[in-house]
Amino acid sequence: MLELQNVSFSVTDQDGKKKEIIKDLSLKIDDKKFVVITGPNGSGKSTLAKLIAGIEKVTSGKIIYNGQDITDMTIDERARLGISFAFQQPVRFKGIKVKDLLKLAAGEQYMKGACDYLGEVGLCARDYLNRDVDGSLSGGELKRIEIATIIARNTPFSIFDEPEAGIDLWSFKNLIKVFEKMHKEQENSIMIISHQERILNIADEIIVIAGGKMKARGKKDEILPELLEGTKCRFYQED
Amino acid sequence: MDEIQKTLLEEVAGLHEIPAGAYNIRANGALSSRNTTEHIDIVTKEDKPGIDIIIKPGTKKESVHIPVLISQTGLEDLVYNDFYIGEDCDVLIVAGCGIHNGGNRTSKHDGIHTFHIGKNAKVKYVEKHYGSGEGTGENIMNPQTIVYMEEGSYMEMETTQIKGIDSPDRVTKAKLADDARIVITEKIMTHGKQYAKTEFEVDMDGKNSSTNVISRSVAKDQSSQLFVSKINGNNKCAGHTECDAIIMDDAHISAVPEITANHLDAELIHEAAIGKIAGEQLIKLMTLGLTEKEAEEQIVNGFLK
Ligand SMILES: Nc1ncnc2c1ncn2[C@@H]1O[C@H](COP(=O)(O)OP(=O)(O)OP(=O)(O)O)[C@@H](O)[C@H]1O
Ligand SMILES: [Mg+2]
Repeated sequence: MLELQNVSFSVTDQDGKKKEIIKDLSLKIDDKKFVVITGPNGSGKSTLAKLIAGIEKVTSGKIIYNGQDITDMTIDERARLGISFAFQQPVRFKGIKVKDLLKLAAGEQYMKGACDYLGEVGLCARDYLNRDVDGSLSGGELKRIEIATIIARNTPFSIFDEPEAGIDLWSFKNLIKVFEKMHKEQENSIMIISHQERILNIADEIIVIAGGKMKARGKKDEILPELLEGTKCRFYQED
Repeated sequence: MDEIQKTLLEEVAGLHEIPAGAYNIRANGALSSRNTTEHIDIVTKEDKPGIDIIIKPGTKKESVHIPVLISQTGLEDLVYNDFYIGEDCDVLIVAGCGIHNGGNRTSKHDGIHTFHIGKNAKVKYVEKHYGSGEGTGENIMNPQTIVYMEEGSYMEMETTQIKGIDSPDRVTKAKLADDARIVITEKIMTHGKQYAKTEFEVDMDGKNSSTNVISRSVAKDQSSQLFVSKINGNNKCAGHTECDAIIMDDAHISAVPEITANHLDAELIHEAAIGKIAGEQLIKLMTLGLTEKEAEEQIVNGFLK
Protein backbone atom coordinates (compact mmCIF):
# COMPACT_ATOMS: atom_id res chain seq x y z
CA MET A 1 0.00 0.00 0.00
CA LEU A 2 1.13 3.49 -0.83
CA GLU A 3 0.16 6.44 1.31
CA LEU A 4 0.85 10.13 0.92
CA GLN A 5 0.36 12.09 4.13
CA ASN A 6 -0.09 15.86 3.77
CA VAL A 7 2.44 16.07 0.99
CA SER A 8 3.45 19.51 -0.25
CA PHE A 9 6.03 20.41 -2.83
CA SER A 10 7.20 23.85 -3.73
CA VAL A 11 9.93 25.31 -5.91
CA THR A 12 11.48 28.72 -6.14
CA ASP A 13 10.95 30.15 -9.60
CA GLN A 14 13.29 32.40 -11.60
CA ASP A 15 12.10 35.56 -9.86
CA GLY A 16 12.89 34.01 -6.50
CA LYS A 17 9.20 33.56 -5.74
CA LYS A 18 8.00 30.46 -3.98
CA LYS A 19 5.59 28.40 -6.03
CA GLU A 20 3.58 25.60 -4.48
CA ILE A 21 2.98 22.83 -6.98
CA ILE A 22 1.51 20.16 -4.70
CA LYS A 23 -0.58 21.43 -1.85
CA ASP A 24 -1.12 19.38 1.29
CA LEU A 25 -2.17 16.29 -0.59
CA SER A 26 -3.14 13.09 1.19
CA LEU A 27 -3.89 9.91 -0.65
CA LYS A 28 -3.98 6.15 -0.06
CA ILE A 29 -3.70 3.54 -2.75
CA ASP A 30 -4.39 -0.03 -1.68
CA ASP A 31 -2.58 -3.06 -3.03
CA LYS A 32 -3.53 -4.43 -6.43
CA LYS A 33 -5.52 -1.36 -7.37
CA PHE A 34 -5.77 0.11 -10.83
CA VAL A 35 -5.95 3.86 -10.44
CA VAL A 36 -6.00 6.55 -13.10
CA ILE A 37 -5.02 10.11 -12.32
CA THR A 38 -6.26 12.88 -14.53
CA GLY A 39 -6.51 16.64 -14.45
CA PRO A 40 -5.60 19.72 -16.42
CA ASN A 41 -2.16 20.38 -17.89
CA GLY A 42 0.18 21.78 -15.30
CA SER A 43 -1.93 20.61 -12.36
CA GLY A 44 0.89 18.64 -10.76
CA LYS A 45 0.30 15.06 -11.90
CA SER A 46 3.83 14.36 -13.13
CA THR A 47 5.21 16.13 -10.08
CA LEU A 48 3.19 13.81 -7.86
CA ALA A 49 4.60 10.80 -9.71
CA LYS A 50 8.15 12.14 -9.32
CA LEU A 51 7.60 12.62 -5.60
CA ILE A 52 6.52 8.99 -5.28
CA ALA A 53 9.51 7.76 -7.32
CA GLY A 54 11.91 9.97 -5.34
CA ILE A 55 12.98 12.12 -8.28
CA GLU A 56 11.65 15.14 -6.41
CA LYS A 57 11.68 15.37 -2.62
CA VAL A 58 8.65 16.56 -0.69
CA THR A 59 8.85 19.96 0.97
CA SER A 60 6.69 18.63 3.77
CA GLY A 61 4.62 15.57 4.49
CA LYS A 62 5.37 11.86 4.37
CA ILE A 63 5.28 9.01 1.92
CA ILE A 64 4.67 5.55 3.32
CA TYR A 65 5.08 2.42 1.24
CA ASN A 66 4.00 -0.92 2.70
CA GLY A 67 4.23 0.50 6.19
CA GLN A 68 7.71 1.87 5.65
CA ASP A 69 8.51 5.59 5.63
CA ILE A 70 10.24 6.16 2.31
CA THR A 71 10.15 9.97 2.40
CA ASP A 72 13.92 10.24 2.71
CA MET A 73 14.86 7.30 0.51
CA THR A 74 16.77 7.75 -2.73
CA ILE A 75 15.36 6.93 -6.15
CA ASP A 76 17.16 3.61 -6.40
CA GLU A 77 16.20 2.51 -2.89
CA ARG A 78 12.56 3.04 -3.75
CA ALA A 79 13.04 1.28 -7.08
CA ARG A 80 14.48 -1.73 -5.30
CA LEU A 81 11.50 -1.76 -2.92
CA GLY A 82 9.31 -2.26 -5.97
CA ILE A 83 8.30 1.14 -7.30
CA SER A 84 8.55 1.65 -11.06
CA PHE A 85 8.02 4.78 -13.09
CA ALA A 86 7.56 5.16 -16.84
CA PHE A 87 8.45 8.74 -17.72
CA GLN A 88 6.15 11.09 -19.60
CA GLN A 89 9.20 12.06 -21.64
CA PRO A 90 11.55 9.08 -21.88
CA VAL A 91 15.29 9.65 -21.70
CA ARG A 92 17.68 9.11 -24.61
CA PHE A 93 21.17 7.69 -24.14
CA LYS A 94 24.34 7.32 -26.15
CA GLY A 95 25.56 3.78 -26.61
CA ILE A 96 22.89 2.02 -24.53
CA LYS A 97 20.83 -0.48 -26.47
CA VAL A 98 17.21 -1.49 -26.02
CA LYS A 99 18.35 -4.89 -24.80
CA ASP A 100 20.69 -3.29 -22.24
CA LEU A 101 17.83 -1.28 -20.82
CA LEU A 102 15.53 -4.33 -20.70
CA LYS A 103 18.26 -6.34 -19.03
CA LEU A 104 18.77 -3.66 -16.39
CA ALA A 105 15.01 -3.53 -15.85
CA ALA A 106 14.21 -7.24 -15.76
CA GLY A 107 17.45 -8.60 -14.35
CA GLU A 108 19.17 -11.68 -15.65
CA GLN A 109 16.07 -13.63 -16.61
CA TYR A 110 15.26 -10.93 -19.19
CA MET A 111 16.04 -12.91 -22.34
CA LYS A 112 13.09 -15.19 -21.71
CA GLY A 113 10.68 -12.30 -21.81
CA ALA A 114 12.45 -9.88 -24.13
CA CYS A 115 10.18 -10.70 -27.04
CA ASP A 116 7.05 -10.51 -24.89
CA TYR A 117 7.88 -7.15 -23.33
CA LEU A 118 8.46 -5.56 -26.70
CA GLY A 119 5.64 -7.49 -28.32
CA GLU A 120 3.16 -6.15 -25.77
CA VAL A 121 3.91 -2.62 -26.91
CA GLY A 122 3.78 -3.65 -30.56
CA LEU A 123 7.48 -3.72 -31.32
CA CYS A 124 9.25 -6.63 -32.94
CA ALA A 125 12.11 -7.73 -30.70
CA ARG A 126 14.27 -8.75 -33.63
CA ASP A 127 14.14 -5.23 -35.05
CA TYR A 128 14.63 -3.36 -31.83
CA LEU A 129 16.77 -5.25 -29.30
CA ASN A 130 20.00 -4.03 -30.86
CA ARG A 131 18.88 -0.48 -31.52
CA ASP A 132 20.48 2.33 -29.54
CA VAL A 133 18.13 4.14 -27.20
CA ASP A 134 19.07 7.47 -28.76
CA GLY A 135 17.85 10.09 -31.18
CA SER A 136 17.49 7.50 -33.93
CA LEU A 137 14.29 6.16 -32.34
CA SER A 138 11.06 7.98 -33.10
CA GLY A 139 9.16 9.55 -30.23
CA GLY A 140 6.53 6.81 -30.26
CA GLU A 141 9.09 4.02 -30.43
CA LEU A 142 10.95 5.50 -27.48
CA LYS A 143 7.74 5.80 -25.53
CA ARG A 144 6.84 2.18 -26.21
CA ILE A 145 10.28 1.00 -25.14
CA GLU A 146 9.89 3.00 -21.93
CA ILE A 147 6.62 1.18 -21.24
CA ALA A 148 8.22 -2.18 -22.09
CA THR A 149 10.97 -1.64 -19.49
CA ILE A 150 8.35 -1.06 -16.80
CA ILE A 151 6.44 -4.17 -17.88
CA ALA A 152 9.75 -6.02 -17.72
CA ARG A 153 10.38 -4.87 -14.16
CA ASN A 154 7.00 -6.26 -13.07
CA THR A 155 7.08 -4.60 -9.65
CA PRO A 156 4.29 -4.31 -7.05
CA PHE A 157 3.74 -0.61 -7.81
CA SER A 158 4.08 0.95 -11.25
CA ILE A 159 3.37 4.47 -12.40
CA PHE A 160 2.86 5.24 -16.08
CA ASP A 161 2.91 8.93 -16.95
CA GLU A 162 0.72 9.51 -20.02
CA PRO A 163 1.58 6.18 -21.66
CA GLU A 164 -0.68 7.02 -24.60
CA ALA A 165 1.23 10.16 -25.58
CA GLY A 166 2.71 9.85 -29.06
CA ILE A 167 1.49 6.28 -29.56
CA ASP A 168 -0.22 5.55 -32.85
CA LEU A 169 -3.85 4.37 -33.04
CA TRP A 170 -3.00 0.73 -33.68
CA SER A 171 -0.46 0.41 -30.92
CA PHE A 172 -2.78 2.30 -28.61
CA LYS A 173 -5.41 -0.43 -28.96
CA ASN A 174 -2.76 -2.94 -28.02
CA LEU A 175 -1.61 -0.85 -25.12
CA ILE A 176 -5.14 -0.73 -23.76
CA LYS A 177 -5.21 -4.52 -23.96
CA VAL A 178 -1.94 -4.68 -22.05
CA PHE A 179 -3.37 -2.51 -19.30
CA GLU A 180 -6.61 -4.46 -19.29
CA LYS A 181 -4.63 -7.64 -18.85
CA MET A 182 -2.65 -6.16 -16.00
CA HIS A 183 -5.93 -5.06 -14.47
CA LYS A 184 -7.49 -8.48 -14.78
CA GLU A 185 -4.50 -10.28 -13.35
CA GLN A 186 -4.63 -7.90 -10.37
CA GLU A 187 -1.16 -8.84 -9.25
CA ASN A 188 0.27 -5.40 -8.86
CA SER A 189 -0.86 -1.86 -8.29
CA ILE A 190 -0.94 0.33 -11.35
CA MET A 191 -1.19 4.09 -11.35
CA ILE A 192 -1.68 5.68 -14.74
CA ILE A 193 -1.63 9.38 -15.43
CA SER A 194 -3.79 9.96 -18.47
CA HIS A 195 -6.06 12.27 -20.38
CA GLN A 196 -7.55 9.43 -22.44
CA GLU A 197 -11.13 8.37 -21.98
CA ARG A 198 -10.32 4.79 -22.95
CA ILE A 199 -7.76 4.55 -20.20
CA LEU A 200 -10.02 6.27 -17.67
CA ASN A 201 -12.57 3.66 -18.64
CA ILE A 202 -10.59 0.69 -17.34
CA ALA A 203 -9.79 2.25 -13.97
CA ASP A 204 -11.04 0.89 -10.65
CA GLU A 205 -10.83 4.41 -9.45
CA ILE A 206 -10.23 7.85 -10.89
CA ILE A 207 -8.41 10.62 -9.06
CA VAL A 208 -8.69 14.18 -10.32
CA ILE A 209 -5.83 16.53 -9.54
CA ALA A 210 -6.19 20.25 -10.17
CA GLY A 211 -4.06 23.09 -8.91
CA GLY A 212 -1.89 20.71 -6.92
CA LYS A 213 -4.79 19.30 -4.94
CA MET A 214 -6.97 16.24 -5.12
CA LYS A 215 -10.27 17.56 -6.42
CA ALA A 216 -12.18 14.33 -6.64
CA ARG A 217 -11.76 10.64 -6.21
CA GLY A 218 -14.14 7.83 -6.84
CA LYS A 219 -15.32 4.93 -8.93
CA LYS A 220 -15.21 5.61 -12.60
CA ASP A 221 -19.03 5.72 -12.82
CA GLU A 222 -19.09 8.55 -10.34
CA ILE A 223 -16.31 10.62 -11.84
CA LEU A 224 -16.24 9.94 -15.54
CA PRO A 225 -19.65 11.38 -16.54
CA GLU A 226 -18.89 14.72 -14.97
CA LEU A 227 -15.40 14.80 -16.45
CA LEU A 228 -16.78 14.17 -19.89
CA GLU A 229 -19.43 16.85 -19.62
CA GLY A 230 -16.82 19.31 -20.77
CA THR A 231 -15.95 22.83 -19.95
CA LYS A 232 -18.05 23.39 -16.85
CA CYS A 233 -16.53 20.51 -14.95
CA ARG A 234 -16.48 21.46 -11.31
CA PHE A 235 -13.41 19.34 -10.59
CA TYR A 236 -11.31 21.60 -12.76
CA GLN A 237 -12.37 24.77 -11.04
CA GLU A 238 -9.67 26.60 -9.10
CA ASP A 239 -10.72 27.73 -5.66
CA MET B 1 55.83 -15.58 -23.36
CA ASP B 2 54.98 -15.30 -19.65
CA GLU B 3 51.56 -14.92 -18.05
CA ILE B 4 51.74 -11.12 -17.76
CA GLN B 5 52.61 -10.84 -21.42
CA LYS B 6 49.78 -13.18 -22.34
CA THR B 7 47.31 -10.96 -20.45
CA LEU B 8 48.66 -7.88 -22.18
CA LEU B 9 48.35 -9.61 -25.53
CA GLU B 10 44.74 -10.40 -24.83
CA GLU B 11 43.99 -6.84 -23.80
CA VAL B 12 45.58 -5.11 -26.75
CA ALA B 13 44.99 -7.57 -29.53
CA GLY B 14 42.05 -9.63 -28.25
CA LEU B 15 44.26 -12.66 -28.77
CA HIS B 16 44.37 -15.66 -26.50
CA GLU B 17 47.26 -17.16 -28.34
CA ILE B 18 49.36 -16.73 -31.41
CA PRO B 19 47.21 -15.15 -34.12
CA ALA B 20 46.43 -16.55 -37.53
CA GLY B 21 47.95 -14.74 -40.50
CA ALA B 22 50.92 -12.45 -40.40
CA TYR B 23 52.13 -11.12 -37.07
CA ASN B 24 55.05 -9.60 -35.31
CA ILE B 25 55.11 -9.65 -31.54
CA ARG B 26 57.58 -7.35 -29.87
CA ALA B 27 58.16 -8.00 -26.18
CA ASN B 28 60.35 -5.89 -23.92
CA GLY B 29 62.06 -4.15 -26.80
CA ALA B 30 62.97 -7.22 -28.85
CA LEU B 31 61.34 -9.49 -31.38
CA SER B 32 59.44 -12.27 -29.65
CA SER B 33 57.88 -14.02 -32.62
CA ARG B 34 56.93 -13.39 -36.22
CA ASN B 35 55.00 -14.99 -39.01
CA THR B 36 54.79 -13.94 -42.63
CA THR B 37 52.43 -15.22 -45.31
CA GLU B 38 52.51 -15.58 -49.07
CA HIS B 39 51.12 -12.07 -49.44
CA ILE B 40 52.41 -10.28 -46.39
CA ASP B 41 56.08 -9.84 -45.64
CA ILE B 42 57.57 -8.41 -42.46
CA VAL B 43 61.20 -7.25 -42.53
CA THR B 44 63.31 -5.88 -39.69
CA LYS B 45 64.72 -2.44 -40.43
CA GLU B 46 68.48 -2.18 -40.76
CA ASP B 47 69.02 1.50 -40.02
CA LYS B 48 66.75 1.99 -37.01
CA PRO B 49 64.54 -0.04 -34.70
CA GLY B 50 61.33 -1.21 -36.30
CA ILE B 51 59.86 -3.18 -39.15
CA ASP B 52 58.58 -2.81 -42.68
CA ILE B 53 55.29 -4.51 -43.40
CA ILE B 54 54.82 -5.11 -47.08
CA ILE B 55 51.44 -6.21 -48.37
CA LYS B 56 51.26 -7.33 -51.99
CA PRO B 57 48.74 -5.68 -54.32
CA GLY B 58 45.37 -7.42 -54.42
CA THR B 59 45.71 -9.07 -50.99
CA LYS B 60 42.22 -9.54 -49.62
CA LYS B 61 40.74 -10.60 -46.29
CA GLU B 62 44.09 -10.98 -44.58
CA SER B 63 45.23 -9.54 -41.30
CA VAL B 64 48.44 -8.40 -39.66
CA HIS B 65 48.90 -8.19 -35.90
CA ILE B 66 51.79 -6.22 -34.50
CA PRO B 67 51.37 -6.01 -30.73
CA VAL B 68 54.02 -4.50 -28.50
CA LEU B 69 54.23 -5.81 -24.95
CA ILE B 70 56.25 -4.32 -22.14
CA SER B 71 56.44 -5.95 -18.75
CA GLN B 72 59.83 -4.75 -17.63
CA THR B 73 59.77 -1.58 -15.54
CA GLY B 74 61.82 1.34 -16.83
CA LEU B 75 62.00 0.11 -20.39
CA GLU B 76 61.97 2.85 -23.00
CA ASP B 77 61.20 1.65 -26.46
CA LEU B 78 61.04 3.54 -29.74
CA VAL B 79 60.07 1.87 -33.00
CA TYR B 80 59.40 2.86 -36.56
CA ASN B 81 56.88 0.72 -38.37
CA ASP B 82 56.27 1.34 -42.05
CA PHE B 83 53.35 -0.22 -43.86
CA TYR B 84 53.33 -0.55 -47.61
CA ILE B 85 49.86 -1.57 -48.72
CA GLY B 86 49.54 -2.46 -52.39
CA GLU B 87 46.76 -1.47 -54.75
CA ASP B 88 43.34 -3.05 -54.33
CA CYS B 89 44.16 -4.66 -51.01
CA ASP B 90 41.50 -5.22 -48.36
CA VAL B 91 43.25 -5.89 -45.06
CA LEU B 92 42.96 -5.58 -41.31
CA ILE B 93 45.89 -4.29 -39.28
CA VAL B 94 45.83 -4.58 -35.51
CA ALA B 95 48.46 -2.76 -33.52
CA GLY B 96 48.47 -2.29 -29.83
CA CYS B 97 50.64 -1.62 -26.90
CA GLY B 98 50.28 -3.19 -23.52
CA ILE B 99 52.43 -2.08 -20.66
CA HIS B 100 52.55 -3.79 -17.30
CA ASN B 101 54.59 -1.80 -14.87
CA GLY B 102 55.27 -3.52 -11.60
CA GLY B 103 58.07 -1.19 -10.61
CA ASN B 104 58.66 2.45 -9.88
CA ARG B 105 60.38 3.55 -13.05
CA THR B 106 58.73 4.99 -16.14
CA SER B 107 57.99 2.56 -18.94
CA LYS B 108 57.66 4.18 -22.29
CA HIS B 109 56.77 3.17 -25.79
CA ASP B 110 56.83 5.53 -28.72
CA GLY B 111 55.69 4.07 -32.00
CA ILE B 112 55.86 5.89 -35.28
CA HIS B 113 53.62 4.23 -37.81
CA THR B 114 53.67 5.30 -41.41
CA PHE B 115 51.14 3.97 -43.89
CA HIS B 116 51.48 4.11 -47.63
CA ILE B 117 48.12 3.03 -48.95
CA GLY B 118 47.93 2.13 -52.64
CA LYS B 119 45.19 2.96 -55.11
CA ASN B 120 41.72 1.68 -54.22
CA ALA B 121 43.07 -0.25 -51.24
CA LYS B 122 40.93 -0.66 -48.12
CA VAL B 123 42.53 -0.77 -44.71
CA LYS B 124 41.04 -1.16 -41.30
CA TYR B 125 43.54 -0.17 -38.65
CA VAL B 126 42.82 -0.88 -35.00
CA GLU B 127 45.05 0.38 -32.24
CA LYS B 128 44.52 -0.40 -28.58
CA HIS B 129 46.43 0.80 -25.59
CA TYR B 130 46.37 -0.74 -22.19
CA GLY B 131 48.39 -0.28 -19.04
CA SER B 132 48.39 -2.25 -15.82
CA GLY B 133 50.63 -2.99 -12.90
CA GLU B 134 50.76 -2.28 -9.23
CA GLY B 135 53.98 -0.26 -9.47
CA THR B 136 54.26 3.48 -9.09
CA GLY B 137 56.12 3.90 -12.38
CA GLU B 138 54.28 5.68 -15.15
CA ASN B 139 53.26 4.06 -18.41
CA ILE B 140 53.78 6.50 -21.21
CA MET B 141 53.03 6.12 -24.86
CA ASN B 142 53.16 8.65 -27.63
CA PRO B 143 52.02 7.04 -30.82
CA GLN B 144 52.40 8.85 -34.10
CA THR B 145 50.52 7.77 -37.16
CA ILE B 146 51.19 9.17 -40.58
CA VAL B 147 49.05 8.11 -43.49
CA TYR B 148 49.56 8.69 -47.19
CA MET B 149 46.53 7.74 -49.21
CA GLU B 150 46.51 7.26 -52.95
CA GLU B 151 43.53 7.67 -55.23
CA GLY B 152 40.36 5.93 -54.21
CA SER B 153 41.85 4.39 -51.09
CA TYR B 154 39.91 4.03 -47.86
CA MET B 155 41.10 3.77 -44.29
CA GLU B 156 39.16 3.22 -41.12
CA MET B 157 41.22 3.88 -38.03
CA GLU B 158 40.08 3.05 -34.52
CA THR B 159 42.09 3.96 -31.47
CA THR B 160 41.17 3.11 -27.94
CA GLN B 161 42.85 4.13 -24.77
CA ILE B 162 40.90 3.02 -21.77
CA LYS B 163 43.11 2.31 -18.86
CA GLY B 164 46.42 2.87 -17.22
CA ILE B 165 48.24 4.70 -19.98
CA ASP B 166 49.45 8.27 -20.13
CA SER B 167 49.53 9.58 -23.63
CA PRO B 168 50.61 13.16 -23.40
CA ASP B 169 51.21 13.54 -27.07
CA ARG B 170 49.49 11.54 -29.75
CA VAL B 171 49.65 12.72 -33.33
CA THR B 172 47.78 11.43 -36.37
CA LYS B 173 48.31 12.92 -39.79
CA ALA B 174 46.83 11.97 -43.12
CA LYS B 175 47.26 13.20 -46.68
CA LEU B 176 44.53 12.27 -49.12
CA ALA B 177 44.64 12.06 -52.92
CA ASP B 178 41.57 12.09 -55.21
CA ASP B 179 38.56 10.10 -53.94
CA ALA B 180 40.43 8.93 -50.86
CA ARG B 181 38.56 8.72 -47.56
CA ILE B 182 39.70 8.31 -43.98
CA VAL B 183 37.46 7.73 -40.98
CA ILE B 184 39.08 8.04 -37.60
CA THR B 185 37.35 7.08 -34.35
CA GLU B 186 39.06 7.56 -31.04
CA LYS B 187 37.90 6.58 -27.60
CA ILE B 188 39.65 7.82 -24.54
CA MET B 189 39.12 7.54 -20.84
CA THR B 190 41.47 9.28 -18.47
CA HIS B 191 41.54 9.10 -14.69
CA GLY B 192 43.71 10.05 -11.74
CA LYS B 193 46.09 12.79 -12.77
CA GLN B 194 46.46 11.64 -16.36
CA TYR B 195 46.90 13.99 -19.24
CA ALA B 196 46.04 13.02 -22.80
CA LYS B 197 46.54 15.11 -25.86
CA THR B 198 45.42 13.95 -29.26
CA GLU B 199 46.05 15.88 -32.39
CA PHE B 200 44.63 15.07 -35.80
CA GLU B 201 45.62 16.73 -39.00
CA VAL B 202 44.02 15.73 -42.27
CA ASP B 203 45.01 17.31 -45.58
CA MET B 204 42.39 16.73 -48.20
CA ASP B 205 44.48 17.45 -51.26
CA GLY B 206 42.55 15.32 -53.73
CA LYS B 207 39.32 16.04 -55.54
CA ASN B 208 36.33 14.39 -53.83
CA SER B 209 38.42 13.28 -50.89
CA SER B 210 36.67 13.11 -47.54
CA THR B 211 37.23 12.54 -43.86
CA ASN B 212 35.36 12.03 -40.64
CA VAL B 213 37.21 12.38 -37.34
CA ILE B 214 35.19 11.33 -34.30
CA SER B 215 36.33 11.51 -30.72
CA ARG B 216 34.44 10.21 -27.73
CA SER B 217 36.03 10.67 -24.38
CA VAL B 218 35.48 10.57 -20.67
CA ALA B 219 37.68 12.44 -18.21
CA LYS B 220 37.47 11.45 -14.55
CA ASP B 221 39.14 12.58 -11.31
CA GLN B 222 41.73 15.29 -11.88
CA SER B 223 42.68 14.17 -15.37
CA SER B 224 42.80 16.46 -18.34
CA GLN B 225 42.39 16.09 -22.07
CA LEU B 226 43.12 18.18 -25.10
CA PHE B 227 41.61 17.31 -28.45
CA VAL B 228 42.94 19.16 -31.47
CA SER B 229 41.47 18.51 -34.87
CA LYS B 230 42.85 20.26 -37.92
CA ILE B 231 41.21 19.67 -41.23
CA ASN B 232 42.43 21.33 -44.37
CA GLY B 233 40.28 21.31 -47.47
CA ASN B 234 42.59 21.97 -50.37
CA ASN B 235 40.28 20.76 -53.11
CA LYS B 236 36.64 19.89 -53.66
CA CYS B 237 36.21 17.75 -50.55
CA ALA B 238 34.09 17.05 -47.48
CA GLY B 239 35.39 17.04 -43.93
CA HIS B 240 33.60 16.45 -40.67
CA THR B 241 35.04 16.34 -37.19
CA GLU B 242 33.28 15.89 -33.90
CA CYS B 243 34.25 15.68 -30.28
CA ASP B 244 31.79 14.40 -27.74
CA ALA B 245 33.08 14.35 -24.20
CA ILE B 246 31.83 13.59 -20.71
CA ILE B 247 33.49 15.47 -17.91
CA MET B 248 33.40 14.12 -14.36
CA ASP B 249 34.77 15.08 -10.95
CA ASP B 250 37.49 17.74 -11.22
CA ALA B 251 38.61 16.95 -14.75
CA HIS B 252 39.45 19.34 -17.57
CA ILE B 253 38.67 18.91 -21.26
CA SER B 254 39.42 21.18 -24.18
CA ALA B 255 38.41 20.69 -27.78
CA VAL B 256 40.13 22.84 -30.37
CA PRO B 257 38.77 22.75 -33.88
CA GLU B 258 40.82 24.15 -36.69
CA ILE B 259 39.13 23.76 -40.03
CA THR B 260 40.58 25.54 -43.01
CA ALA B 261 39.09 25.78 -46.46
CA ASN B 262 41.51 26.59 -49.25
CA HIS B 263 39.10 25.77 -52.02
CA LEU B 264 35.65 27.08 -52.90
CA ASP B 265 34.15 23.60 -52.91
CA ALA B 266 35.58 22.45 -49.62
CA GLU B 267 32.81 21.65 -47.14
CA LEU B 268 33.96 21.42 -43.57
CA ILE B 269 32.04 20.90 -40.35
CA HIS B 270 33.18 20.80 -36.77
CA GLU B 271 31.02 19.82 -33.83
CA ALA B 272 32.07 19.69 -30.21
CA ALA B 273 30.08 18.98 -27.10
CA ILE B 274 31.45 18.69 -23.58
CA GLY B 275 29.25 18.17 -20.60
CA LYS B 276 28.66 16.14 -17.51
CA ILE B 277 26.54 13.00 -17.56
CA ALA B 278 22.98 14.09 -18.19
CA GLY B 279 21.13 14.07 -14.87
CA GLU B 280 18.03 12.58 -16.45
CA GLN B 281 20.05 9.60 -17.70
CA LEU B 282 21.27 8.91 -14.16
CA ILE B 283 17.75 9.32 -12.81
CA LYS B 284 16.29 6.94 -15.38
CA LEU B 285 18.75 4.18 -14.53
CA MET B 286 18.25 4.77 -10.82
CA THR B 287 14.50 4.27 -11.25
CA LEU B 288 15.44 0.84 -12.57
CA GLY B 289 17.18 0.14 -9.26
CA LEU B 290 20.79 1.00 -10.05
CA THR B 291 22.76 3.00 -7.50
CA GLU B 292 24.10 6.32 -8.69
CA LYS B 293 27.55 4.79 -9.07
CA GLU B 294 26.28 1.81 -11.07
CA ALA B 295 24.24 4.13 -13.27
CA GLU B 296 27.32 6.26 -13.93
CA GLU B 297 29.31 3.18 -14.94
CA GLN B 298 26.60 2.02 -17.33
CA ILE B 299 26.44 5.40 -18.99
CA VAL B 300 30.21 5.76 -19.32
CA ASN B 301 30.69 2.22 -20.62
CA GLY B 302 27.90 2.63 -23.14
CA PHE B 303 29.30 5.95 -24.27
CA LEU B 304 32.71 4.45 -24.95
CA LYS B 305 31.47 1.20 -26.47
N1 LIG C 1 11.20 22.20 -11.18
C1 LIG C 1 10.19 23.04 -11.45
N2 LIG C 1 10.37 24.38 -11.40
C2 LIG C 1 9.36 25.24 -11.68
N3 LIG C 1 8.12 24.85 -11.99
C3 LIG C 1 7.88 23.53 -12.05
C4 LIG C 1 8.89 22.56 -11.80
N4 LIG C 1 8.36 21.33 -11.94
C5 LIG C 1 7.08 21.53 -12.29
N5 LIG C 1 6.79 22.84 -12.36
C6 LIG C 1 5.47 23.43 -12.65
O1 LIG C 1 4.54 22.77 -11.85
C7 LIG C 1 3.32 22.59 -12.52
C8 LIG C 1 2.94 21.12 -12.55
O2 LIG C 1 3.76 20.42 -13.46
P1 LIG C 1 3.50 18.90 -13.83
O3 LIG C 1 4.54 18.49 -14.79
O4 LIG C 1 3.42 18.11 -12.57
O5 LIG C 1 2.08 19.00 -14.52
P2 LIG C 1 1.17 17.85 -15.13
O6 LIG C 1 -0.06 17.80 -14.32
O7 LIG C 1 1.95 16.57 -15.25
O8 LIG C 1 0.85 18.43 -16.57
P3 LIG C 1 0.68 17.71 -18.02
O9 LIG C 1 -0.72 17.20 -18.08
O10 LIG C 1 0.86 18.85 -18.96
O11 LIG C 1 1.71 16.67 -18.13
C9 LIG C 1 3.52 23.22 -13.89
O12 LIG C 1 3.00 24.51 -13.87
C10 LIG C 1 5.01 23.24 -14.06
O13 LIG C 1 5.38 24.28 -14.90
MG1 LIG D 1 2.71 15.53 -16.83
